Amino acid sequence: MSGPFADPFDPKTALRRCSCGRHASQVEHDRALACDPVETGTEATETDVEALSARIVETAVAKAVFGTEARRRAFLSLVGKATAASVLAAFFPLDAAKEAFAQAPRTIEKRDLRIGFIPITCATPIIMAHPMGFYAKHGLNVEVIRTAGWAVIRDRALNREYDAAHMLSPMPLAITLGVGSNPIPWTMPAVENINGQAITLANKHRDRRDPKDWRGFRFAVPFDFSIHNYLLRYYVAEAGLDPDRDIQIRAVPPPEMVANLRADNIDGFLGPDPFNQRAVFDGVGFIHILTRELWDGHPCCAFAVSRAFITENPGTYHALLRAIIEATAYASNPANRREVAAAISAQNYLNQPVTVVEQVLTGTFADGLGRVQRVPNRIDFDPFPWHSMAIWILTQMKRWGQIRGDINYAQIAEQVFLATDAAQAMRELGLSPPERTTRTHVIMGKTFDPADPEGYLASFAIRRS
Amino acid sequence: MRAARPFASLALSFLLLAIFVGVWQLSSLTPRGGEATVDPEYAALVGAAAATGGQTPFPSPLEVGARILEHLADPFYVRGTNDQGIGVQLAYSLGRVLAGYGIAALVAIPLGFVIGMSPLLYGALNPFIQVLRPISPLAWMPLALYTIKDSAVSSIFVIFICSVWPMLINTAFGVASVRREWLNVARTLECSTLRTAFRVILPAAAPTIMTGMRISIGIAWLVIVAAEMLVGGTGIGYFVWNQWNNLSLADIVTAILVIGLVGMVLDQLLAMATRAVSYQE
Repeated sequence: MSGPFADPFDPKTALRRCSCGRHASQVEHDRALACDPVETGTEATETDVEALSARIVETAVAKAVFGTEARRRAFLSLVGKATAASVLAAFFPLDAAKEAFAQAPRTIEKRDLRIGFIPITCATPIIMAHPMGFYAKHGLNVEVIRTAGWAVIRDRALNREYDAAHMLSPMPLAITLGVGSNPIPWTMPAVENINGQAITLANKHRDRRDPKDWRGFRFAVPFDFSIHNYLLRYYVAEAGLDPDRDIQIRAVPPPEMVANLRADNIDGFLGPDPFNQRAVFDGVGFIHILTRELWDGHPCCAFAVSRAFITENPGTYHALLRAIIEATAYASNPANRREVAAAISAQNYLNQPVTVVEQVLTGTFADGLGRVQRVPNRIDFDPFPWHSMAIWILTQMKRWGQIRGDINYAQIAEQVFLATDAAQAMRELGLSPPERTTRTHVIMGKTFDPADPEGYLASFAIRRS
Repeated sequence: MRAARPFASLALSFLLLAIFVGVWQLSSLTPRGGEATVDPEYAALVGAAAATGGQTPFPSPLEVGARILEHLADPFYVRGTNDQGIGVQLAYSLGRVLAGYGIAALVAIPLGFVIGMSPLLYGALNPFIQVLRPISPLAWMPLALYTIKDSAVSSIFVIFICSVWPMLINTAFGVASVRREWLNVARTLECSTLRTAFRVILPAAAPTIMTGMRISIGIAWLVIVAAEMLVGGTGIGYFVWNQWNNLSLADIVTAILVIGLVGMVLDQLLAMATRAVSYQE
């Protein structure tokens, strides 16, 4: 119960404050977390058009099912409108039909775009689309700009210096919720890469492979709002260590991780490639575990745009999304990986030795312990932004106290992770997107059910909330 | 300081340099690791040092020299947004420094003049200046990015904020400590305030003002490298960050040398200007 008529005797409702304590009332809290898009004139008409086209589809389906108008009216008056719609939806994939009917706009409002990226292999689709011509193919003239760190990329994106940006997948959620910045509706229409991260330890820890022995270790992760942070915390917490008390976790830009490891400033890092492989290449550390062994298929980096950009440039947005998804599909094919590695290693992009990038992308790599490992899906590329992934990230943000109070997991996931747009673009490119937008995930042997995030959260012994 | 024997000191400088480079070269020649113990497939995937169980060593002076020559051979190439020559990067940095420094001079010198001439204003503004002056310019960066919403302008702002204080304080001090007798003489000759300011105070305070400007340019050049490492995009600081990203120490040493040389040139230019306006009492 929330809003102005909240029960004053309900212990969960704080009078005149919201559940997280940052808003004046529960209504305001709900509104802030609902992250509605900015209202503009053009958008209103667009919504009308969407609603209209949805209604047309519904009518067509209803006509086809009931045959005559008289039978439709009889059925409706018998069971009521809402029931009829839901019964119909059960037999006929109305949503899919509506989506298929809605066509992406084809005019490109803005041709010259600036996209920021961090020089890591996670950004592969965003980067390779430039030298390999995917942007140009979709009618866009894109400049990809290497950026120094995650905070800088966030600020430049918020300042609209970039039209779109490479972000860590928790960042659009954090920006939308206003955690660590002003709340601005941000979206993530595509995941860049899945897997592709690793825990790298300094060479002196060769014999301390059990995380139970890691008390007092100093670790680096790329950013507070990163899947790296959450996975490292999850991993050590499963071993019984409290990540806030028993170890130290610092946010360090990826390029500085190897330098810090070499200088003995940190004991290890859970970081993006190529820096895990670079540590091995330079004889500084070894790869302890790949993150695919913690959660096979976990999302990592994201292609992110502001909701305002989508509203103002719907045609550009769809063309850009198609270019990114096509590049992602190309990168996911193992046969293309060497070609991609050669294209993105250049000084204009990653600025790394080709051998290092190739080992990351092909999955045939030296592990720093004298062995050559062959893990073809060490990194993979899958653009579909599962809502369940967003819900998992939100549970971890709440678990470690980055967000407080009640949140509507499913609603936030839906508004930030634009699965419908991704699915549409995938279909247009002849790819087959999944039918649903949520699924269960298995993280270190434990199943996560997106339908019950609070129950999942409560099942952990080590947590901040 | 005695100006005698310039040849001897020059020779000594070269000797010191030779000793330094020699020691560096010798230390980078020390045997690396042991014998290669890993299989050839593994060795092909890692760096030469890692294959023998060691770490990639610091580059030798010969490697660094080769990189310097490579950079100097083609300093002005542009092969894409993120791949530009060291000369282009230097030009970006110098442009930012001159913009920020120029604005700072335009603000600090007139303001310092006013503060120096008016004990009331001096007393009123002094607390603010004293609080703002010791703040590291980079601490302004997040605030600048947040309010200005443009990273290029933000780095110019940071240069402005770091170079404004020495100029302001030195100008105010120089103006305030013009000898009483000279001002009295001007008054006796019934000079207007403006005429006094330009014909008496300005020449008298000029050496102090120039010293402030010289301190400022040094600080501005120090700060631009750090600011560009933070914000990225273009500039010599970004060049350093980018090569660090690639763990390429030879390139970083190159950039360090270039930064030092440019800083020295800037400082010498202002030293010459200071000598031009200095006078003997």
